Amino acid sequence: MDYSEKVLDHFANPRNIGEISDADGVGTVGNPACGDMTTVYIRVKDGRITDIKFKTFGCAAAIATASMTTELALGKTLDEALAMSRNDVADALDGLPPVKMHCSNLAADALHAAIEEYLAKS
Amino acid sequence: MKRIYLDHAATTAVDREVVQAMMPYFTEAYGNASSLHSFGRDARNALNASRQTVADALGAQANEIIFTSGGTESDNLALKGVGKGHVITSSIEHPAILSTCRYLEDHGCDVTYVPVDSAGMVDPGDIESAITGDTTLISVMHANNEIGTIQPIGKIGSIAKDHGILFHTDAVQSFGKTEIDVQKMNIDLLSISSHKIYGPKGVGALYIRKGVKIEPLMHGGGHEMGMRASTENIPGIVGFAKAASLAIERFEQDTRHLTGLQDMLIAGVMDSIDDVTLNGHPTERLPNNANLRFAFVEGESLLMHLDMKGIAVSTGSACSSASLDPSHVLLALGLAPEDIHGSIRFTLGRGNTESEIRYVLEVLPEIVGKLRAISPLAGG
Repeated sequence: MDYSEKVLDHFANPRNIGEISDADGVGTVGNPACGDMTTVYIRVKDGRITDIKFKTFGCAAAIATASMTTELALGKTLDEALAMSRNDVADALDGLPPVKMHCSNLAADALHAAIEEYLAKS
Repeated sequence: MKRIYLDHAATTAVDREVVQAMMPYFTEAYGNASSLHSFGRDARNALNASRQTVADALGAQANEIIFTSGGTESDNLALKGVGKGHVITSSIEHPAILSTCRYLEDHGCDVTYVPVDSAGMVDPGDIESAITGDTTLISVMHANNEIGTIQPIGKIGSIAKDHGILFHTDAVQSFGKTEIDVQKMNIDLLSISSHKIYGPKGVGALYIRKGVKIEPLMHGGGHEMGMRASTENIPGIVGFAKAASLAIERFEQDTRHLTGLQDMLIAGVMDSIDDVTLNGHPTERLPNNANLRFAFVEGESLLMHLDMKGIAVSTGSACSSASLDPSHVLLALGLAPEDIHGSIRFTLGRGNTESEIRYVLEVLPEIVGKLRAISPLAGG
């Protein structure tokens, strides 16, 4: 089970880490008992994601996928971001070890949850 | 980049003296130990001398030692060789024991898995209470591979003896690091492995007390007193015996060295990082094991960051292996799964130095801080 260079880069130097205190949407998926949990915070303006941050408890794959998800989603319209799948994130990282595809590739779901929370409020 | 190996419970480097001892048996004394000619005699003499060395290290007789391919085979041979009716073991055994017990269950055996306390200690009273009229074998490991807790096997051995039941112990992790005497401890069967004590991989041994009848796994020629057919791996066996004699010779020196580094590592981590807990027993533990739990972070992330700094450790989460299940050992201690995921195992070795531990203590707080900064579980 070896990670790609891109996974290792996003793991060692994660992009967009932290919280947004007055976020327009927040989504959390996963469970610490399972070993992986990610929260995604978004700011939305004119139907686009103008700021995005994340926090992750989890393995290298969980951190890298969360970092990549925020990088891909930043600047996208909500429809484009909702269309982003876990596979898109894995592909952008040049793939994940098969055993990590299910449990540790959660961030796209957290992004979708954040968008849905925003849409439910607005 | 300088690399620091702190995963000696997984395997060790072969000692140079061991390599030297093995060399002639590849290209000069390469005979088959069963052959009658001089080449065979040379191999046979080496085999006999090695058997005596390993026996001496355990307080056993040479004809009570069977060489195998390693700890897993020794465990299989012991359990499948004598286990029938009812078998008692512990819930924190190595998979080589637990999977073999599942196999025995599939073949009509009953198995009792005795629990451990929060330090990973088996209560000999629980073993005694589990004994039934059908019990044929008790198998409890000497020291645990993940947390290093040393079991009271002398007490378990006398319970087994009192009830006329065979007692097996998997001593793969403890051999060379704690004293073992099969007589004093009333051990009937004992598994050991070469590659954990600076010997080559692919060699181990099973001690079988004289008079104990065992069903072999391997059938073929009459090697190893009919207990294990297959041409003996003479270079490997010679290397194993050399490693065993070095372990005995250096026992006090190694123990002092390992305990010193272990204390330095554990105290250093506790001093420099908040919310860290030592998994396992505070005193009854192997001198080279430090299994530490870092709240709010996940072990594989810690492992990967340490690896990027050249430091090799292992996780308690098994998240880096094919299985994502939390460690059965840490679960048996009663830890919550999220705590288990934050555990990593450092296992020290003969070659480690104080300056290496200082380097670990230098980089670890920053790594933990970095992971806690992005963890949704860390407060503030």
